[in-house]
Formats: sequence, structure tokens, C-alpha cells
Amino acid sequence: MFVLPEFSALQEAISRATEADALMALHSDRPGLAGLAALLSPVAEPHLGALAKRSGAITSQRFGRTMQMYAPVYLSSYCANRCAYCGFSADNTIERRVLSMAEAESEAMILHQRGFSHLLLVSGESPAKVGVDYLEELALRLRDRFAALSIEVQPLATEEYARLFSAGITSVAVYQETYDREVYKKVHLAGRKADFDFRLETPARAAAAGMREVGIGALLGLADWRAEGLALGFHLAWLRKNYWRTGLTVSFPRLRPAQGEFKPLRPVSERNLSQMIFALRIFDPDVGLYLSTREEARYRDGMIGLGPTRYSAGSCTAPGGYGLADAGGEQFEVGDSRSLAEVSAAIQQKGFDPVRKDWDAVFQVQGDGQQAA
Amino acid sequence: MKIVCNGQALEIAPGTRVADYLSQLGLETPSVVVECDGMILSREEYESHALQDGSVLELIRFVGGG
Amino acid sequence: MLTIAGRKFRSRLFGGTGKFSSPEVMKESLAASGCEMVTVALRRVDLNNPADDIMRVLDRDRYLFLPNTSGARDAGEAIRLARLARASGGGEWLKLEVTPDPRTLLPDPIETLKATEVLVKEGFKVLPYINADPILALRLQDAGAVAVMPLGSPIGTNQGVLTRFQIEIIIAQARVPVIVDAGLGAPSHVAEAMEMGADAVLVNTAIAVAGDPVRMARAFALAVEAGRIAYEAGLGAVRKDAAPSSPEDGLGFLR
Repeated sequence: MFVLPEFSALQEAISRATEADALMALHSDRPGLAGLAALLSPVAEPHLGALAKRSGAITSQRFGRTMQMYAPVYLSSYCANRCAYCGFSADNTIERRVLSMAEAESEAMILHQRGFSHLLLVSGESPAKVGVDYLEELALRLRDRFAALSIEVQPLATEEYARLFSAGITSVAVYQETYDREVYKKVHLAGRKADFDFRLETPARAAAAGMREVGIGALLGLADWRAEGLALGFHLAWLRKNYWRTGLTVSFPRLRPAQGEFKPLRPVSERNLSQMIFALRIFDPDVGLYLSTREEARYRDGMIGLGPTRYSAGSCTAPGGYGLADAGGEQFEVGDSRSLAEVSAAIQQKGFDPVRKDWDAVFQVQGDGQQAA
Repeated sequence: MKIVCNGQALEIAPGTRVADYLSQLGLETPSVVVECDGMILSREEYESHALQDGSVLELIRFVGGG
Repeated sequence: MLTIAGRKFRSRLFGGTGKFSSPEVMKESLAASGCEMVTVALRRVDLNNPADDIMRVLDRDRYLFLPNTSGARDAGEAIRLARLARASGGGEWLKLEVTPDPRTLLPDPIETLKATEVLVKEGFKVLPYINADPILALRLQDAGAVAVMPLGSPIGTNQGVLTRFQIEIIIAQARVPVIVDAGLGAPSHVAEAMEMGADAVLVNTAIAVAGDPVRMARAFALAVEAGRIAYEAGLGAVRKDAAPSSPEDGLGFLR
């Protein structure tokens, strides 16, 4: 079982790092967790340019000059949890909507026509509205037409993930939101999500079920981002050791200061976010890194080639948002509203290739899965 | 009767038990393990296990190795 | 401290008991090496000289015997040798080696994995000797191996850690101790393996056939310790480029 160090211990490890530690980690092939702590610390900040350069070089070497493109499909805005920061929180009075199977398929096909073959199926955490049966049926309908089908929904059991894998779901994203137990308790007011440890074990269950890829992340703006970065490193390292067949990704959803009603408890600047991305890339050359349309076009364009490997484009965060003109009730407002063609052009402009597929879910068969750790 | 021990054909007295045979060789030592007709014998079985005509015996011990 | 299958070891040097000029030289060399685990092989008793037992000189309380399956050419032979080793009082510990090619004595990955699966179920503590193949190392760990023993270079060649790149990956991914075995011909070779983060090394030939095996054993012991301390202390990274920490070229987009 994954044992997460105390958040305060992570913070201490970061504060102990010296500038020499950071420079050593910067030039090391395997900086390890101590090196990651140094790269995340304030002493590494004067070297942000060098971090960017190193992170970019590692990324190009490992992933080539490519960027994988994906788009989210929001299935439902119903949610059984009360989370202080989220537009879908159960106590928010928004118009709720769950897509019918036909509507969901039609949303996906709109994205298919736009040229996407990697979809991220997202829903609020309401098993009664979007449960395993729903996801299984949708996956079976879509698997022949898409290269990768990821889900970002409520945590499930290993057997449920195995069922979805058989149906064609290729990967699972489940974000801890914050690795700081105290803050976690404060912002997760009610619902199943209030159970920190159940959520923490979820990526391992998805990996044990045989998923090709598992994504983790922290919602930036809730707690000390540096320690969140180190916690992500611990989680990554543990998952790598125990589920070596599973590809791993990290997302960096950031609560932007000027946006929404929830004021970030600990605002994270673009410089901070960049340092976190560079540090995790140097720590783990193989991890896939997402940078979504939460961030502004200017920032996303600047980050091309410096670490991220997955970009979304043309995203809409309300259920039915692609096909229905009047679909309200977004989860969050996007910072980059450009179309796939526009984002692709920006990526090509930088000398990178926007890649639309790297696998076909139709090839996927249910194997033995992996041994649980 | 005839047995094969460690690849050598040997003539031994009928009714010889494993314990008797080991004692003839001066091998009553815990460092030797006996395999008879493909079955590893426990030490307790040496007294009771009588060799048969045609038995194939392997006497094994640790030697130097890397 | 090094722990394998719950047992603690002060020394990270494991010795072999083959190829020494006499049992007495072996005994003195192993003592000088400080090792606590030694590999042993299983062979037929020499019926023409049944009293010849070179292991009599070794104190079983001082050395944990790690019987090997040397000579086995497939999983079936290895399993048979393993069971004989256990019956010989070797306990559950086993260095699994399956070497079908008599020329190179390189281990067979497929038979090794098969034998590991069977022997783990029978309660053996299996330490498989393998080529330095990272995926094989992972598969063996999944199958329940308590350590993995990748080779530095083909056995007896004294070429050192030729498989450095693969062993680095094995170490980075390992959930069990990694013991570099075979081909380590000089103390500098074992120091290199230990600096890379290997948990232990196994040395036999290089000590046994040295001009003065006892002094050579001591040299290996010191090299293992030096390499381990260097690893724990954190070696400086080899610089890929001489670029000083740069101004923020290319980060002008940040707000």
C-alpha cells in the first residue's frame, strides 16, 4: 500500500535543500526524490531558465518533437460531493444535466469530426447518474472510432476498472486534489470524496485492473504547491515500482487567481507552475504531462517543447457543450478557447507535431491484469 | 543384487537398507542427501528404506561453487 | 542494512566457494572478505573418495549457504537440484541458475522464469541469476523472487560491468535487492557496481584465482564498502554541458 509521507515532512525536505542540491539534481540523470525536493524549492527559482532547458531536452529526447492532442467530453454535471472549489459541487445551484447515451455519442462524434482521436470522458461524481454500466456502454460504442478513451469520473473498484478496460477504456485519471490531509478535509465537505485514503489508493486499483495508463494530479491553489509536487513524485515513484506495466501521467489543474468564485487558498503563479512541471519532468523522463485549456493561450504556447506532452484544444466543460448552443453549467471557464486547428498551428509553428493518435482501443483485450501491490 | 549409485553399476547384498549402504561408505553425515529412484529420502527413511535390485541411487552433497 | 527476504546482512559482499586451491585457502579468504552468505554447488559424492567434503571447513553458523543450481540446463533440472539442495540442509535459499549454453554459460531467461514460478510456490527464497534484462527482472519480481542477480559480464570473463546501462534501469525499478553477479574481476568493478546503487555483489573467481586470495578478498571487501558509502553520500553528476545557470532565455512568455 502506498504510504504518503506527512505533508509537513515533505515541506521540511524541500526547505532543507540547498542551491548546490538543486544544481546537482538539475544535471543528474536520476535525481531521485531528494533531487526533486531541491528542484521544487525556492533555491532552484533563480535557475528556472536552466530547468526549462533541461526539461525541454529530456522531453524531446523521450517523446520526440510531438504533442498529443485530446479533448474532454463532459457527460454529467451531477455530483454527490460537496467540494468548496468546484463548479459541480452538490450545493451549487446550477442547471444539472446528464447526457443520454445518444447525446454522449454525438458529442464524441463531433470531436471525431474535428480530428480528435483521444477523448477524456469526464463527469461529476454521481454513480447514480454516470455509473459503470453507463461508461461501459459508451466505451463499447466509441472504442472502434477512437485511439484512446480516458475517464475522469468517481473512483471505482478494481473489478469495475477491469470491466471498463475490457469495454475499451484505456486510461484512468483520478486526482488527489491535495496531498495535504488537513486542507483536504477542509475543502471536501461531504460525499464519498471526503475519504482521503480511499481516493489515494484509486490510481493503484486502476493500474491493477490493467489500464494502459493512469493519471494523477493535484489541484493547484489549495495547498503548498512545492510539497504537492514532491507528493506527486512519491506517488509516481511508488506506482512505477508496483505497476511497471502502466504508463503514468500527471496533470496540473490550476485554480487561477482571477477566476471563479472560489478564491485559491494558496495562489500558484505561472512561474510556480512552470517550475513544478520542469521539476517533475527532470525527476521522471517518462511521465506524460498534461497542460489543459485551463491555462491561457500565451502560456500554453510558451510551454510547448519545455515539458508538457499532452494538450487539449477547443474544450468545453459543460455536458453537451459541443453540440448544444445553450448548454450552460460549466465546471470551469477555459483560459484558451482556440480551436484544435489553431492550437495545432501554434504547435507546428514551434516545430512540433500535433499527434492525434498513438494506439487503437480496438486492439485491447483483457489480460491477466497486474498483481496488486 | 545390482544397483546404480552415482552412475556406477555396483553389486550389493540383497536386503541392504539405505542406512547400511551409507555406513559402508562412511557417509553417515547430515551433509549428504540421498535420492533413490528419483525420490528424495528424508533421514528418517534411511533405516526403513531397503534397496531393490535395479535401484538408482544418487548421493549428493554441497561442493564449492560460485 | 541490507535485508533480503527478512534476513539482515552487514556485508554487501557475497562470496563463492568454487575454484579455490584448497579448503583452507577458501576458509581464510572468506573470513578476510567479511561475507556472510556464500554460494555452494551440489554434486554427486565421489564414491572413490567419499570422505572428501570441502564444506566441512565452513562454519554454518557464520555463513548462510546459498545453494546454486549450476549445471542445470532447463527448469526441470533446476527444480530437481533445488529440491536436493533443500534436502541437503540448504534451507529455502536458492541461487537459481539455468545455463543451457556451455560455451558462454549465459542464463536462459524463459526457463529461469518458469523455474522461479514453481520454486516460489514451493517456499523457496529464489535469487535468480539473469542476464541484465530489466523486463525479465520485473517479471521475476512479480513471480516472487526475493532478489535479482543480473550479470555484469559473462561469468569468468573479468570484464566488469559491461551491462551498466541495463543494470541502472534494473536498480531504478527494483522492489527487491539487486545483486550484481558474474564478470566482476577487480575491486574497481565492484566499486562501480556499488556506486551505481547495487545492493550487493557476488564475487568468486576473482578472489579464488588471485595470486593471494586472502589479500584480494580484503581488497574486494574494501571496494564494496567504498562503493556503497559513495552511493549513500551522493555522487556528483557528470555534467552533460558546461552551461552555467542561464538567464531566462525562452521564458519571456511568463507572467
